[in-house]
Amino acid sequence: MSLIEEIREGVIEGQANVVLEKVRQALEAGESAEVILNQGLISGMQRVGELFEEGTVFVPEMLIAARAMDKALTVLRPHLVEAGVQPIAKVAIGTVKGDLHDIGKKLVAMMLEGSGFEIMDLGINVPPEKFVDAVRQGAQVVALSALLTTTMPNMKDVVDAIDQAGLRRQTRVIIGGAPVNQNYADQIGADGFAPDASSAVRKVRELVGV
Amino acid sequence: MTVSLAQLLESQATLVADGGMGTMLFAAGLARGSAPEVWNVERPEAVRRIHADYIAAGAQIILTNSFGGSRARLSMHGLADRAAELNRAAAQIARSAAQDARHSVVIAGSIGPTGQMLAPYGDLEPDDAAEMFAEQAAALVEGGVDVLWIETMADMSEVRAAVEGCRRAAPGVPLVATLTYDTRGRTMMGETPEHAAETLEGMGLLAHGANCGNGPDELLTAIDHMHHAQPQAHLVAKANAGLPHMVDDRAVYDAGPEVMAAYARQARANGARIIGACCGSTPEHVRAIAEALRQEDPVT
Ligand code: B1M
Repeated sequence: MSLIEEIREGVIEGQANVVLEKVRQALEAGESAEVILNQGLISGMQRVGELFEEGTVFVPEMLIAARAMDKALTVLRPHLVEAGVQPIAKVAIGTVKGDLHDIGKKLVAMMLEGSGFEIMDLGINVPPEKFVDAVRQGAQVVALSALLTTTMPNMKDVVDAIDQAGLRRQTRVIIGGAPVNQNYADQIGADGFAPDASSAVRKVRELVGV
Repeated sequence: MTVSLAQLLESQATLVADGGMGTMLFAAGLARGSAPEVWNVERPEAVRRIHADYIAAGAQIILTNSFGGSRARLSMHGLADRAAELNRAAAQIARSAAQDARHSVVIAGSIGPTGQMLAPYGDLEPDDAAEMFAEQAAALVEGGVDVLWIETMADMSEVRAAVEGCRRAAPGVPLVATLTYDTRGRTMMGETPEHAAETLEGMGLLAHGANCGNGPDELLTAIDHMHHAQPQAHLVAKANAGLPHMVDDRAVYDAGPEVMAAYARQARANGARIIGACCGSTPEHVRAIAEALRQEDPVT
């Protein structure tokens, strides 16, 4: 197995320390940070997502994998910044108020980071004002995640708050999460919707015109 | 009239529990995103009315408006320091609603999940969780509940923390615990109904079972599995009134009272002893459940 494959396997098995060590080794061996991220960490996490969909693994396994990926990212991040030229754009991402689901949003954030965007991860249970603040601090894109039918309407509150702050024209809003669809995006006046993390990257690129 | 849950379980084949509280409060005007427990102090009459309507519909067990009343959950709304006050008020309102009832009513103190992940998957230490549950349980008992009712759980270690907290705060008060089976027949954390039934039976609870989830059908399957694993257990079934979909910013549930009546009959056939409803249900649904159960099992 190559180092990259070992990193991918390590994420799938949720072995944070192994992943961390292999990422260090790969960097020392001159592997590019982008390859480590995309073919190692993200590819592994996507496989875990598939296994979860199939019902082969459950949330605990998924959380352990996400944790391994997270830990490795702390080592990898400086190298990604070093390697990349200018970030394409600044994206503020968060799970909306009242909603504590973290995993899908984290995946989207990672994929965007790996594709050259600068990420401001506002976390979970994020009130509208925080998204507005992020726009004031230079975020060109606001990415909203919601996993609950009951918190979907809070996405509209964010769009409205950005509007009321007079910042709507300079901001692109993209939404996603299992109960969300294009129809809902249109209904609340968001600029885009993506069903999964890789289409989220495509959509954000399209929205900022690259 | 007061009577203990243990006595009721002994004297009647099936007991009727109430339906959803949160969705009723939203229908009564509670603002989206705000903590339902605040109404225990700000709009106690509205909460009392819902309890009274469920009792009039035939509910013999009512759950207090304290599902999100743990310090952890309230802190999402900046209300952590009001945990004791809001839970105590929840119990007092339910007690006062039961006073005018024409049948015996058991007041169950609802305790929902903290909303945080417990270690090792998350950051909340089980013992810290137990402390928060103890605080909530103490206030509920002080306000006058008869049993403590842990519900909508996904993680067995959080159930254990809640049981531990309740016993710390109120050693003699009977406990009930129900989990939510909404992910391919398991809880979100992968717990199966069979395994959960065995584990919960070992904790010495008065009753346990399933609530919330993806509507009656999935919940009935979970009850069936639990009954086969633990035939002697007092099982609780509290299903949502179907699945929610959004209509103009509101969550609408698709199962009517007749669907819930059929669910109640099947729940009994599958081995449930306490049957009620959860999110999206109304007193009309509970009336249909009570009538369906009484047709074959007249209440004395
Ligand atoms: C910005 O642009 C974009 C673009 C794409 C975007 C995007 C943003 N955001 C997401 N995407 C998309 O890309 C991602 C990658 O491809 C995808 O993200 P997903 O998040 O969909 O996918 C992840 C990779 C994997 N999926 C997940 O991580 C979600 C898995 C399930 C099992 C789930 C989990 C894990 C949890 N939960 Co909860 N949970 C469930 C989920 C059921 C299920 N089987 O899916 C769901 C979402 N939960 C639900 C519920 C009801 C709840 N949960 C709750 C709690 C939890 C846990 C804390 C236990 C845990 C979260 C842990 C964590 N740290 O995130 C509670 C709510 C707490 C709250 N206030 O948020 C609680 C209310 C349970 C309770 N009664 O307490 C249900 C929602 C029903 C509904 N439609 O309203 C649910 C569908 C389970 C069910 N079958 O009923 C896409 O949606």
